[in-house]
Amino acid sequence: MAKVSIPTPLRPSADGQASLEGAGTTVGEVLADVGRQYPDLHKRLFAGEGQLHQYVNVFVNDEDIRFMDELDTPVKESDEIGIIPAIAGG
Amino acid sequence: MSSEFVRGLTCRLCGKQYPKEALNFCTEDFGPLEVEYDYEAIGRALSREAIERRPRTMWRYKELLPIDGEPTVGLQVGCTPLIKAKRLAEALGIRELYIKNDAVNHPTLSFKDRVVAVALSKAVELGFDTVGCASTGNLAGSVAANASAAGLKAYVLIPDNLEQGKVLGATIYGAKVVAIKGNYDHVNRLCSQIAFRFGWGFVNVNLRPFYAEGSKSMGFEIAEDLGWRTPDHVVAPMAGGSLIGKIYKAFKELEGLGFVDPVKTRMFGAQAAGCNPITNTVKTDAKRVKPIRDPQTIAKSLAIGDPADGFFASKLMRETGGWGEDVDDDAIVDAMKLLAETEGVWAETAGGVTLAVTRKLIEQGKIDRDGSTVICITGNGLKTQEAIIDRIPLPPVIAPNLAEFEALVGASAPAESELTPVGA
Repeated sequence: MAKVSIPTPLRPSADGQASLEGAGTTVGEVLADVGRQYPDLHKRLFAGEGQLHQYVNVFVNDEDIRFMDELDTPVKESDEIGIIPAIAGG
Repeated sequence: MSSEFVRGLTCRLCGKQYPKEALNFCTEDFGPLEVEYDYEAIGRALSREAIERRPRTMWRYKELLPIDGEPTVGLQVGCTPLIKAKRLAEALGIRELYIKNDAVNHPTLSFKDRVVAVALSKAVELGFDTVGCASTGNLAGSVAANASAAGLKAYVLIPDNLEQGKVLGATIYGAKVVAIKGNYDHVNRLCSQIAFRFGWGFVNVNLRPFYAEGSKSMGFEIAEDLGWRTPDHVVAPMAGGSLIGKIYKAFKELEGLGFVDPVKTRMFGAQAAGCNPITNTVKTDAKRVKPIRDPQTIAKSLAIGDPADGFFASKLMRETGGWGEDVDDDAIVDAMKLLAETEGVWAETAGGVTLAVTRKLIEQGKIDRDGSTVICITGNGLKTQEAIIDRIPLPPVIAPNLAEFEALVGASAPAESELTPVGA
């Protein structure tokens, strides 16, 4: 199971947990699995089936999935998936 | 005291409302939050005459900035010169050109003093004693200086390859400056994590909705200094893409208050070719901004590969009939020299980007030669000396005698008989 770190503002949607575990071999599958466990979290991450909200940035071991295969990016059990709100900077 | 003019924060995507708190994104869909005002109340409190009677700082528009009561940080910021640039206009072949010169903004010589004045005034109101930022340099200096003057502790995070002038310009004020191995986007992401972990007020993270509003003051000043008129074209540099949107928001707010005629300004955004995610979005009409993984340009203050406001900036350029363009490093340096040689303004590299893009847009016919154009110069060339030091000839060195000087000046020296004696 890959580990998914939950940023502070989203923890209320994940029973207050700082990280969750999800099953799957791609980022999309793992996030969908944690979304099944916590439907409120799913709503906040996904705009529609298979599409993240525009301002949800996802990282696998600190690498932005937009520079890899987006939600199809493969993940191993030892990988850590991070979720970061994109609205900062400038 | 609670502001009678600020209603709260609203998500720009789904419209969910939030109170005035240190939060930069919507918890429903992660959309950006923006400050909402009660414009009817502002209309009752404010008039052009009232503004004109106030001291020449950005706070003459305080009702349109998101603070409660009076500002406490950055009281001298703003009201930089709007220069009528006749010689530069001639060089570019256009009729009416102005330079909004934030290269001389107080106290740290960039437009970032505007956003920081608002963000830190807000940080004080919200009770933060430690503030911070992710920065490409100008913001670092401004947060450090203004926090120091306000008695706040500051943590400033920057990429580890910044210009020395910007590193020193942040460190001198006593802030904790931390260089991160990586680019701005790495720094930005780390700051997002730090802001929540430590509960500090990061001006461009959790205080971002308030911070960004400070840029509107540049737009207010442009319109007022043009005699309560908005120009036909504005060219603004884009890093995260916030400034261009806020200048336009300022114009629209003035229109809503009846202070200017209906706004017809076309907004143009400038980037460097080595970091052009927003201009790419405009040119390809893409629905999402594709980030640049490894920005490579001498315009380091614009080197943000994943611009937070890129989507809105590209939408704005299209909706107003403007456009986005990018230029290479040689064009940037040439434009810096042109600006200095024609108008006596030494801008940082981002200013070179803005002017070089303006020139390109004029040549493309996208900017009308007969219209009025304002270009926004947002930072000072003193801070980016490395970018041009190898491209500017060193002065000749001569002995302190007239013969050597005459030899140097050569044929351009007047004949001795033509000279009028001193005191004659």
